[in-house]
Amino acid sequence: MEQNNRKAWLYLLPAMLFLGVFLVYPLIDVCVYSLEEGYNFASQTYWGLGLYNYAYVLRDPYFLQALKNTFILVIITVPVSTGLALLISLGLSSIRRLQELYQTIYFLPYVTNTLAVGLVFMILFKQTPYTDGLVNQVLSWFGAGPIDFIDGPYWAKMLVLCVYTVWVVMPFKILILTGALASVDRTYYNAAKVDGTPGWRIFTRITLPMISPTVFYLVITGFIGAFKAYSDVVALFGTDLNAAGMNTIVGYIYDMLYGTSGGYPSYASAAAIVLFAIVLTITCVNLLVSKKHVHY
Amino acid sequence: MDYETLKKNARHRRRAGKALTYCLLTVWALVVLFPFYWMVLTSVKSYGAYNSEWIPQLYTLEPTLENYVQAFTTVPLAGYFINTVIFALATTALMLLVTIPAAFAFARLQFRGRDVVFTLFLSLMMIPSELVVITNYVTITDLDLRNSFPGLILPSVASVFYIYLLKENFAQIPDELYYAAKVDGTSDLKYLLKVMIPICKPTIITITILKIIECWNSYVWPRLITDDQAYYLVSNGIQEIRENGFGRENTPAMMAAVVAVCLPLVILFLIFRRKIMAGVARGGVKG
Repeated sequence: MEQNNRKAWLYLLPAMLFLGVFLVYPLIDVCVYSLEEGYNFASQTYWGLGLYNYAYVLRDPYFLQALKNTFILVIITVPVSTGLALLISLGLSSIRRLQELYQTIYFLPYVTNTLAVGLVFMILFKQTPYTDGLVNQVLSWFGAGPIDFIDGPYWAKMLVLCVYTVWVVMPFKILILTGALASVDRTYYNAAKVDGTPGWRIFTRITLPMISPTVFYLVITGFIGAFKAYSDVVALFGTDLNAAGMNTIVGYIYDMLYGTSGGYPSYASAAAIVLFAIVLTITCVNLLVSKKHVHY
Repeated sequence: MDYETLKKNARHRRRAGKALTYCLLTVWALVVLFPFYWMVLTSVKSYGAYNSEWIPQLYTLEPTLENYVQAFTTVPLAGYFINTVIFALATTALMLLVTIPAAFAFARLQFRGRDVVFTLFLSLMMIPSELVVITNYVTITDLDLRNSFPGLILPSVASVFYIYLLKENFAQIPDELYYAAKVDGTSDLKYLLKVMIPICKPTIITITILKIIECWNSYVWPRLITDDQAYYLVSNGIQEIRENGFGRENTPAMMAAVVAVCLPLVILFLIFRRKIMAGVARGGVKG
C-alpha cells in the first residue's frame, strides 16, 4: 500500500503540476490582485488593500456599457437559440432519410474558426463604398434602406452580433437535443398513439418533460457561454471594442490587461471576479428554478 | 365520412407535415452552409471583379486562384500555419502525457485520499479560463516567455475534462484483466501501455482530435502572449489581416486566407465526424 501510494502520486504529479501552476495558483492570485489598490505593473508595488478596484470598475462607463451589451446578448440569444435548436432537433428526429447528412451539415460551424467565419458575416453585413453588401441587397427588395450593420447604429450592430452568436452556438445545442430526443422511450409514444393523443399534446406532455433536464442543461451552458462572449465580437467589430461601443465583460477584462488601454491587472481581476459572481448567481438561480420545473 | 376517407386524410396530413419538416431542415442547412459558400465564392472572384459588383453576384463565371497566391505571399500566412501546427501538436502531445497517467491513477491505482483528490479535480472544471488568464499572463511575462512556444503551450496543456473523460473509460475495463496481469508479474506501467491504452484507443483519439480543434481555434491566449508576427497563430493572423492586411479593401484575398484557415479542420471533421460528434455530445464545450 505504501509503495502504491507513492506510485499513484507520481502518476498524478504532471497533471497536478500543470493544474497547480496554471489553474489553482492563478485562482488565488486573482483574488489577491483584485484587492491590491494602485498596483503598478512595472515596479510590482501597491499601496494598500481594499475594495477600490471594484468601486472603480463598477463606476467605469466602459464596464457598464460592456455589462449592458453582454446582458442584451444573453437575454436575446439564449432563448432564441434554444427554441430554434429544439424546433430543428424535433424535425431532425422525425425523419429518417437524409438525417445523417443534415446532422453533419448542422455541426459544421462547431469545428470552424470563430474568427474566420466572423469575417464572412462581417462582409455579408458590411456597407462599403463599393457595395452595400448582400444583406442590404436583400433588404432593398423589401424596400428597407441600406443600414451599416458594422459601423452603424447600436441596434444594428447588436442584431448582427446576436445573429452570429446564434449561428455559432446552434451546432452544440442541436447535437445534444437530438441525442436527448433519441433516448426518449418509444413506449410512451406508442401508448399516446393508442389513446389518439394529438401531436402538440404529445410534445408538451411527453417529449418536453422527458428532455427537460437536457433543455435545462443547455440553458445553463448557454447562459455561461453567452456571458463569456468575446472572440465572435472581435471578429465582427475589430479589437477596439470600446470605440465601437460593443465591448463585452470578457473584452473589458482583456482590454484592461493588455493593448492600448491595458496595464491594469487589478482592474482586470476585479472585473473577472464580478463576471464570475454574475455567472455563479445565474447558475444558482437556474438550479433553484429547475428544481420546480424539471422532471427527472 | 367513412373509414377510407379518414385514412386518406390522415395520410395527406402526415405527408404535408413531412414536407414542412424537410423544408424547415433545408432552410436551416442553407443558413449554415451559406457563409461557407460565400467565403469560397468570394475567394475565387478576382479583385477587380469583386469591387465592380455593386450588387453582389451569387456565382462567378471566371474563377481565379490569384487571391490564394496573394494570401500566401503578401501576408506570412504559411508561417502562421506552421506555428499553429507546432502549437497544436506540441500541446496535444503534452496533454496526452499529462492526462493518461492521471486518468490511470484515478481509475486503477488504490491510494489514500483518491476520492477526495478526484472531487477536487472535478471542481476545478468550474473555474472559468477568464479568471486565471490574468495571472497566467503575468506569470508568463515574468518568466520572460512572451513570444515563445513554451509561453504559448504550457498554460494550454492541462485539461480536467479530458482527465475525467479518460478516467471514466479506463474504469470500464474489468478488474479481472488487471489481476490476471498482476499474477503474470506485469508492472503497472506495462499494463497501462500494453492493455489499457490499446483498449481505450477510441477515447484517446477523440480527446486528441478535440484538443487539436481547440488549439487550432484558440485566439485569446495567443493574442495576449504574442505581439511578434513570427509567433502568430492562424486566428491572430486572421485578425491581423482584418485590421491591416491586404490594404483592408482586398476582400477576396482576405476570404482566400479564411478558406485556407478553415479547410484543415473541415477535412478533419469530415474524416472523424462520428468520433468528434460523440466526443462533444459527452460534455464537450466550445474551446
